[in-house]
Amino acid sequence: MSPTEPTVPAGAPLLDVVGLRKSFGSNEVLRSVDLSVAAGQVLAIIGPSGSGKTTALRCLNGLEVADGGTITIEGASTVDFGVPPSKAQLSALRDESAMVFQHYNLFPHKTALQNIVEGPRIVQRRPEAEVRAEALELLERVGLSDKRDTYPFELSGGQQQRVGIVRALALRPRLLLFDEPTSALDPELVGDVLTLIKELAVEGWTMVIVTHELQFAREVAHEVAFIDAGTVVERGHPDQLLRDPQHERTQQFLRRLLHPF
Amino acid sequence: MDETSVELFVSSLRPLIVAAVTATIPLAVISFVLGLVLALVLALMRLSSRPWVSGVARVYISVIRGTPLLVQLFVIFYGLPSIGVVISPWPCAILAFTLNVGGYAAEVIRAAILSVPKGQWEAAYMIGMSRSTALKRIILPQAARVSVPPLSNTFISLVKDTSLASLILVTELFREAQRIAAFSQEFMLLYVEAALIYWLICLVLSSGQGRLETRLDRYVAH
Repeated sequence: MSPTEPTVPAGAPLLDVVGLRKSFGSNEVLRSVDLSVAAGQVLAIIGPSGSGKTTALRCLNGLEVADGGTITIEGASTVDFGVPPSKAQLSALRDESAMVFQHYNLFPHKTALQNIVEGPRIVQRRPEAEVRAEALELLERVGLSDKRDTYPFELSGGQQQRVGIVRALALRPRLLLFDEPTSALDPELVGDVLTLIKELAVEGWTMVIVTHELQFAREVAHEVAFIDAGTVVERGHPDQLLRDPQHERTQQFLRRLLHPF
Repeated sequence: MDETSVELFVSSLRPLIVAAVTATIPLAVISFVLGLVLALVLALMRLSSRPWVSGVARVYISVIRGTPLLVQLFVIFYGLPSIGVVISPWPCAILAFTLNVGGYAAEVIRAAILSVPKGQWEAAYMIGMSRSTALKRIILPQAARVSVPPLSNTFISLVKDTSLASLILVTELFREAQRIAAFSQEFMLLYVEAALIYWLICLVLSSGQGRLETRLDRYVAH
């Protein structure tokens, strides 16, 4: 399945985030985050744990409600978090994107197929036959046709995450969000998932990926943003940012990741 | 046991079972079903972020759990008439048991809802569900699995507690046993017989619980 017909020409910004702020109590997690992604492009977000990168991603899907700043999804909605957003605004924002979670978060009481069709059937109310056919096609594509009637607990982590990705694709979002999609996987299962995400990038899906896999980020992303202490410290082309970081904090972070001992 | 005792045991079996089937069991089932509806409402109130909503539920649960069921029954049946509210025995028993089960089961359901990982809510919201749809399709089915054992306990207790309805003139299993015992003066025999029938009902319920648990466990690792 290819991305939904673009309402924004390739290369024009699809997602634009300006001055995003978020605090939990007195803990200011996001100070002022600016991000943008062009249609058909991939943005990778890297940064130390606790830097706010996951919170920033969750704000894009309305799972966290930002305290300030604006999120614009071109041609669909602009939400200014200066005032508390309405439910309708949040759901408009949510309708444009779909998220893949670190811990998959599949519905354990539903089979792989049921997990995938739940959103399109129940929320989007699309016709059963069409939704089912599309889900089966997607399962086949990720090599899990024989698992369609299997419950999540019988699937490996890698299989669960591929179902998680298919569940997101089936919603036909314009923007795919990945929250450390391989962090919970056994090392030997990481490859399949990363390969799948790479294929999606080649197909032209617009994606924001929070990741620790630098090599992967270099291969798949058009732009890498380094977030630390709640702000985007540096962003740029992956080759440039990962090989020749300009900012001292970026240099420190990369050094620590590359030479942990 | 001599011959006349055996005869009495056998001859009273029929009226006791009739009382169990026409009163004890329907009383328990109706009160339990209504009680569960009330409990779900109370559990959701308890989980509300509005302090007065959760406060009302908290006080209700505290009162129900902090007072004897027998006292609750008497307040409704013997107390309310003095302020002009007269309810006949059957509706009165159903009302009292429903209110009681509601208070107890509310805490079970609340705990079961809280036991569902937060990621399940998030995944439900992510695919575009509203809170009520998420609750209905994603959260409650998972909470149901967790709450079967404690709710079975509540139900089994309720079956036995229906014997208290005998004190507000409902002719259920125990009151029937009392009647035959008074008539025959065979107290030991009749009360043991009544106890056996309660036990039998609870054995059937326990096996039903086991089967329900197996059914709901089909999607979790063993």
